[in-house]
Amino acid sequence: MNIYVLVKRTFDTEERIVVSGGKIQEDGAEFIINPYDEYAIEEAIQVRDAQGGEVTVLTMGGEEAEKQLRTALAMGADKAVLINTEDDVEDMDEFAAAFVISEYLKDKNPDLILAGNVAIDGGSGQVGPRVAESLGINYVTTITNLEINGTTVTIKRDVEGDTEVLETSLPLLVTAQQGLNEPRYPSLPGIMKAKKKPLEEVELDDLDIDEDDVEAKTETIEIYLPPKKEAGKVLEGELADQVKELVQLLHSEAKVV
Amino acid sequence: MSNKVLVLGEAREGALRNVSYEAIAAAKQISDGGEVVSVLLGDSVGELAAELGKYGADRVITVEHPHLKQYTSDGFGQALLAVIDQENPEVIVFGHTALGKDLSPKIASKLQIGLISDVTSIEGEGDAAVFIRPIYSGKAFEKVKVKDGIKFITIRPNNIAPLAKDDSKSADVSSLSVDITNLRTIIKEVVRKSSEGVDLSEAKVVIAGGRGVKSEEGFGPLKELADVLGGAVGASRGACDADYCDYSLQIGQTGKVVTPDLYIAAGISGAIQHLAGMSNSKIIVAINKDPEANIFKVADYGIVGDLFEVVPMLTEEFKKLKVNA
Ligand SMILES: Cc1cc2nc3c(=O)[nH]c(=O)nc-3n(C[C@H](O)[C@H](O)[C@H](O)COP(=O)(O)OP(=O)(O)OC[C@H]3O[C@@H](n4cnc5c(N)ncnc54)[C@H](O)[C@@H]3O)c2cc1C
Ligand SMILES: Cc1cc2nc3c(=O)[nH]c(=O)nc-3n(C[C@H](O)[C@H](O)[C@H](O)COP(=O)(O)OP(=O)(O)OC[C@H]3O[C@@H](n4cnc5c(N)ncnc54)[C@H](O)[C@@H]3O)c2cc1C
Repeated sequence: MNIYVLVKRTFDTEERIVVSGGKIQEDGAEFIINPYDEYAIEEAIQVRDAQGGEVTVLTMGGEEAEKQLRTALAMGADKAVLINTEDDVEDMDEFAAAFVISEYLKDKNPDLILAGNVAIDGGSGQVGPRVAESLGINYVTTITNLEINGTTVTIKRDVEGDTEVLETSLPLLVTAQQGLNEPRYPSLPGIMKAKKKPLEEVELDDLDIDEDDVEAKTETIEIYLPPKKEAGKVLEGELADQVKELVQLLHSEAKVV
Repeated sequence: MSNKVLVLGEAREGALRNVSYEAIAAAKQISDGGEVVSVLLGDSVGELAAELGKYGADRVITVEHPHLKQYTSDGFGQALLAVIDQENPEVIVFGHTALGKDLSPKIASKLQIGLISDVTSIEGEGDAAVFIRPIYSGKAFEKVKVKDGIKFITIRPNNIAPLAKDDSKSADVSSLSVDITNLRTIIKEVVRKSSEGVDLSEAKVVIAGGRGVKSEEGFGPLKELADVLGGAVGASRGACDADYCDYSLQIGQTGKVVTPDLYIAAGISGAIQHLAGMSNSKIIVAINKDPEANIFKVADYGIVGDLFEVVPMLTEEFKKLKVNA
């Protein structure tokens, strides 16, 4: 089975966010594999181990993303591809990101593509379904279980807490939700092996993509932090009085009940 | 210039979801006097159409087909593209719900247009409208505009106020027949886990419990408080992992994102992944026995104490308030 996993290098949102000059400051910040993409990688490895085939992890981004690709290889992926857009594009949006990824994949005939259901930084959740639509294949989002039998695929997906059980077929793109599996940590031998696994780097030129083709459809005008919340009021005194005071505050001051 | 806006109405178990009305309000703001057209898709949705008019839709288009009984991206995609083809809207608005999140990228990709997802507020009107959305799990915001072409947005439930219901208003209702074919996905079964009653992501009041609730029974007092306030019960992942409640209640980065008017966190420490799902709530109350708990940093009001003492007292106090009101 020919399996691809879309992996995004993301800012670790446990980090403090600093905005300067209208941009998120990235210097010194921790970067990680988008947590949902870890589920996607794990699932891909399990499918390959059960069905045979090859897992390729694919990232679009800058040179630094090689680190996250190596981690995915150390977990057990077979090959990695970095579509390096660093020198070619200033501002991308979801349209452009999905366009580039689809152009790469269009002649690779993947049987199964796995992605995260959302990136914890950009947060749009668009890239997976957009890629599937461009490639003309079906997609299922926020999956928590995947079973493949020949070309028949049985899936459980999370729909706002309810579980939907559905049937579809390959080729298919799925996006991972928490609960799909427990992603493994890279083992030491895995890390050693990863260094020798193939990592292909391509640029937009290699994909016959012009800068005009990836012109974003949307434009970010401003990035800012939410207004600082005033320090909250921790109530004092007898517990019974605190409770009375709280109810009054919610009723008269905050007016929410 | 006025804009024609297409709004997707969303029904759940036979009733329209609030976000359908919120989307109409958003549409009005971007329409600059242009027509607001709601779309309803399903196997039998006709009788829901009138309600949309009362909330401001000028026109309602229904597409009814047996294959639209359950949502599939193929079925709803074909129906909606047919409506878009007929109406040529300048703006499209969906709710950022499970359905909206799943369907919107497909439509955007098909039409080769941009899509601004998870919008929490809109600044300016008509063509000058710009859209604000949280990024970095709610730790920052970006203001985005569409460069040109159709403006397509999804709005986060509970953030844009619906227009006041006006029973004297009505919308013209028409139906469009669309041939829905070649569904690649077959829904076998839907296992409902979310509690009956108030929809967590649309609730005005959420009472959330964490590991501090200590057991399944521990959620009892929280449920009572929620009932008195007409709210919904939520949970931290800590509580879900410990099997005190179902994962359908989880709030946070990997659970639901909620923005109620009132969020009461009981026995929740306030981990960053939890805050990602609730920090934009209007008023946050923390009840925790540890005065150093991180949740107090985001709370508007806090009580340091044992939740099993505080929560029942709160319930009693709110009952008195209701009686006096
Ligand atoms: C002002 C601004 C400037 C930007 N400039 C650039 C830029 O120059 N270059 C650039 O690459 N990005 C840039 N981005 C980010 C880019 O717009 C988004 O990363 C992209 O649109 C994906 O959207 P998302 O983060 O919402 O991902 P989502 O759609 O939420 O991601 C869902 C899933 O899709 C897959 N996926 C998403 N993005 C990628 C990727 N890059 N590679 C592989 N898989 C992926 C992953 O599986 C992920 O879990 C910029 C963003 C902003 C706000
Ligand atoms: C990738 C990733 C995604 C995650 N996604 C989510 C998510 O979506 N949502 C989420 O919630 N978490 C998420 N987490 C987990 C998160 O990091 C925390 O572990 C979790 O939120 C802790 O839950 P908790 O606050 O209930 O438990 P704890 O941190 O154990 O806190 C329990 C609190 O209860 C208090 N307490 C105990 N007894 C009482 C009492 N009798 N009265 C009053 N207070 C009491 C304690 O003082 C303590 O503060 C995620 C983690 C990761 C790594």
